[in-house]
Amino acid sequence: MAQPTRVQSDEPQSDPRKAGAQAHGPVPIGSPTARPAFDDEHPPSAELISDCVHCGFCLPTCPTYTLWGEEMDSPRGRIDLMKAGLQGAPMTDSMVQHFDACLGCMACVTACPSGVQYDKLIEATRVQVERHHTRSPGDRAMRAAIFALFPYKRRLRALRGPLRAYQASGLPKVVRRSGLLDRLAPKLAAMEGLAPVLEKREKLPERVPAVGQRRAVVGMLTGCVQGEFFPGVNAATARVLAAEGCDVVIPRRQGCCGALSVHNGRQEEAERFARSTIDSFEAAGVDTVVVNAAGCGSSMKEYAEVLADDPAYAERARAFVAKVRDVSEYLAELGSVAPRHPLEVTIAYHDACHLGHAQGIRQQPRALLREIPGLQLKEIPEAEICCGSAGIWNVLNPEPARELGDRKARNIASTGATLLVTANPGCLMQVSSSLERQGTRMGLAHTIEVLDASIRGLPLSTLGPQ
Amino acid sequence: MSGTHGTEKTAGPVLGTSTDTVPPEATSATGTPGDKADAIAAVTRVARAALPANGLITDPTELRTYECDGLAHYRVTPALVVLPETTEQVAAVVRACAEHGVPFVARGSGTGLSGGALPRADGILVVTSRMRAIREVRAADQRAVVEPGVINLDVTRAATPEGYYYAPDPSSQQICSVGGNLAENSGGAHCLKYGFTSNHVLGTDLVTPQGDVVQLGGLAPDAPGYDLLGTVVGSEGTLGIATTAIVRLVRLPEEVRTLLVGFRSTDDAGAATSAIISAGIVPAAIEMMDALAIEAAEAAVHCNYPDGAGAVLVIELDGAAVEVEHEYEQVERLCREHGSFEQRLAIDAAERALIWKGRKSAFAAVGRISPDYIVQDGVIPRTALPEVLRAIADLSSSSGVRVANVFHAGDGNLHPLVLFDGEKEGAGEAAEEVSGAILDLCISHGGSITGEHGVGTDKAAYMPRMFTDEDLDTMQLVRCAFDPDNISNPGKVFPTPRLCGEVPGKRKKPHPLVEAGLADAF
Ligand SMILES: Cc1cc2nc3c(=O)[nH]c(=O)nc-3n(C[C@H](O)[C@H](O)[C@H](O)COP(=O)(O)OP(=O)(O)OC[C@H]3O[C@@H](n4cnc5c(N)ncnc54)[C@H](O)[C@@H]3O)c2cc1C
Ligand code: SF4
Ligand code: SF4
Repeated sequence: MAQPTRVQSDEPQSDPRKAGAQAHGPVPIGSPTARPAFDDEHPPSAELISDCVHCGFCLPTCPTYTLWGEEMDSPRGRIDLMKAGLQGAPMTDSMVQHFDACLGCMACVTACPSGVQYDKLIEATRVQVERHHTRSPGDRAMRAAIFALFPYKRRLRALRGPLRAYQASGLPKVVRRSGLLDRLAPKLAAMEGLAPVLEKREKLPERVPAVGQRRAVVGMLTGCVQGEFFPGVNAATARVLAAEGCDVVIPRRQGCCGALSVHNGRQEEAERFARSTIDSFEAAGVDTVVVNAAGCGSSMKEYAEVLADDPAYAERARAFVAKVRDVSEYLAELGSVAPRHPLEVTIAYHDACHLGHAQGIRQQPRALLREIPGLQLKEIPEAEICCGSAGIWNVLNPEPARELGDRKARNIASTGATLLVTANPGCLMQVSSSLERQGTRMGLAHTIEVLDASIRGLPLSTLGPQ
Repeated sequence: MSGTHGTEKTAGPVLGTSTDTVPPEATSATGTPGDKADAIAAVTRVARAALPANGLITDPTELRTYECDGLAHYRVTPALVVLPETTEQVAAVVRACAEHGVPFVARGSGTGLSGGALPRADGILVVTSRMRAIREVRAADQRAVVEPGVINLDVTRAATPEGYYYAPDPSSQQICSVGGNLAENSGGAHCLKYGFTSNHVLGTDLVTPQGDVVQLGGLAPDAPGYDLLGTVVGSEGTLGIATTAIVRLVRLPEEVRTLLVGFRSTDDAGAATSAIISAGIVPAAIEMMDALAIEAAEAAVHCNYPDGAGAVLVIELDGAAVEVEHEYEQVERLCREHGSFEQRLAIDAAERALIWKGRKSAFAAVGRISPDYIVQDGVIPRTALPEVLRAIADLSSSSGVRVANVFHAGDGNLHPLVLFDGEKEGAGEAAEEVSGAILDLCISHGGSITGEHGVGTDKAAYMPRMFTDEDLDTMQLVRCAFDPDNISNPGKVFPTPRLCGEVPGKRKKPHPLVEAGLADAF
């Protein structure tokens, strides 16, 4: 079992259990001098916390609980910590560690019979953590690097392909010095070995016209990581939508949707990205915004909460949210017209947490894949447990992330499938390195790439090594 | 069992003397226990030496996450939490507790509904969540050997490929631990046919309250001598900590049929249940839910139960295909004769799972229709079902406190859920009162105050309503035989914890058994 490898830190003493070695006995909570953990500006809601009946049903699906078997790294325990914070307990390093260790996979939301909205609770908590907690220098540097790199397409581009090392020298100093690139490099290499072969960057036009009779006009988000590392996914998305009778509008000026910021408590940055994404799709004048990256879709569906306090945007954010659809969700709603060609392949479908748990989209991608003649779909054991990617979590917590990835890879391999299909770039990156480590050769593809190959009658080999 | 603690191990064959993994300097801080803090400091030192570095929790905020189990209105922050990984580590901590007179409480997954794993502020909480290895699945012998923190459902998952499963299935089976099941003698829907945990645990390694490791029972059934294993199962952690369990595996049935039946009233559903059982059919399960419970389950898991039902029965038949077919015809007819208006047979595993999901999430799902609730647990003779349900309905309407009913109808194990809003003045008290009155109803109908959730903290006060002082004193004698210092989960199960050195009984005179020279007070 993993030692609870906690958030990376330069200070070995930051583990409260070591620091508090001499502590014993009941210690009063919230000494009068210490500031309570949360301020009054949107702390985690006491009402939502009180929905938790302490039944523990969420524990077995929580990746950190399965890793470490301790209560404070479980959903139920984290809710207890929030409650302690609301009751005046200070925001200690240890408390923050347990919040930071949460992957935000939302498996607990799916598992909870009482309908506890842990997603809202942890997001409110993370904003408070960002406001009140000073992290160790090492942790700060790593986070700064991540947020200086990921949301920016041009910088991500420097990490692509064989020229990676050379191009990376063009990145900002905070990125180069942080050690982030060392953590990313092996993952990128593994992924490039397994991803579909047609990954040359095709420049997408601003409008892709519907094939045949037009049934709808939709906007499409290109995303940062998706756009740079899996450009084939965007091209496939546009083609499939067009084949199903959609005019696809791809606004040139769209930037990052802010998913990483939304999910990591970086409130102001999140608001900024949300406003500009809303702006660009409003300008495009579309009724539907189609998203092919699960993490992006789930955060865009949260814009109403992100911008709730912004009078200029609150209403527009609500309207925007109503238009956002994951691509599989949208295609299932629309119903298919384009004929499918057979693909004789056995696939394992992996529910990305931000698709399954966060957006409740599980049936639609399966239904779309089952429409393909000859395709066999296998379910992965322990499907509800996160692969350990979780946005930037795998970069901040490489050890436990590897353990979760390896566990996922073993479960995937046990299905005997030759192609792994999922809907999130992060999952593909994470799982590919674990598959490689355990010596499993299998193809990796996004759901939409499989549909695209079937509609166009392409051979299986275009979907990566089988 | 010997009263002089620490010197003899007579509770069954000894499983190798508990090896001392604790370095001498850690144990040398002995002597008579000083004040409580010193004693806890001493135990902490021992634990630190015996356990991996991350196996101790001392941080005050972290400790708060262990304040309660599934019964969240009792809360106590423990002085220290330990997360041992081996029997030896458990034994080292318990030995230190015995030496320093520090109470300890075992905890599995913390889903108990009677406050059994409620910590002591002056004590140690021993959590088994890192002892979760399934050591052996011996399909041919129909046995599995597991550590206590193994999740109930994981035993079945491990045995399924071999064609077997673990029969006791509490609704919390996805998370509750085998050790917790053993301590609570937990049951579930399928216990009607297959029996409770006590019928499925064949052996255990027990760390006694003195810190010795003893083996009770074993791979072979029915060990000669006293049934000490039977005494330990259901003892709610008061006789020591189970660190291994040998459990029985049951062959997966050839055929399973799950039937969802809608009735207009609980009366009809109750009558149908009695009719089925009187016909000599023993279904694997007969579960009942009333309208309010159905509403909650629908809200939580969209289980699509029949519209407008005043009650549903979930009936499962399993066994040889011919037998199931035959029973199914009878059950179908009996339900119709007793007023069912809709019957649905699950056509595949997914439908069966959805039917069960509705039932198994019902307790926690009640959180959707009420801010707070009490899960009650009582048993009545099955034939008293309609009468007791009507009396509960009367209680509910006269007090204005809503009661949802979910229960194992087949064996008369009721789980009334008493709903209230803790924010409202007096609502909690009113709910407590109704909840208590329901237990009185169970007792007056010849039943019991707990079917499977245990006595724990919550029902200790009700024990005298069911048992005489003599009964309770006799139970104390058993407890004293195992735990003379009263340090193993003290304060649970028995209403007024007495030190074993004292003569039991409020009457201040010797227990009749002691007086007759038949037993010793330790
Ligand atoms: C939603 C819900 C539904 C439930 N449904 C059912 C049901 O259908 N049937 C049923 O019987 N119960 C049910 N329960 C109650 C509970 O799940 C069971 O009592 C279960 O056996 C407790 O297991 P645990 O691992 O959570 O134990 P805990 O709650 O951690 O502990 C329970 C008791 O066991 C003791 N204990 C734990 N481990 C050990 C050990 N290794 N050695 C000695 N003592 C130990 C503790 O000291 C405590 O007294 C339900 C609970 C919930 C929340
Ligand atoms: S979001 Fe995932 S990691 Fe976080 S508490 Fe829930 S299940 Fe655990
Ligand atoms: S499943 Fe829901 S109610 Fe139960 S402990 Fe987890 S969060 Fe709380």
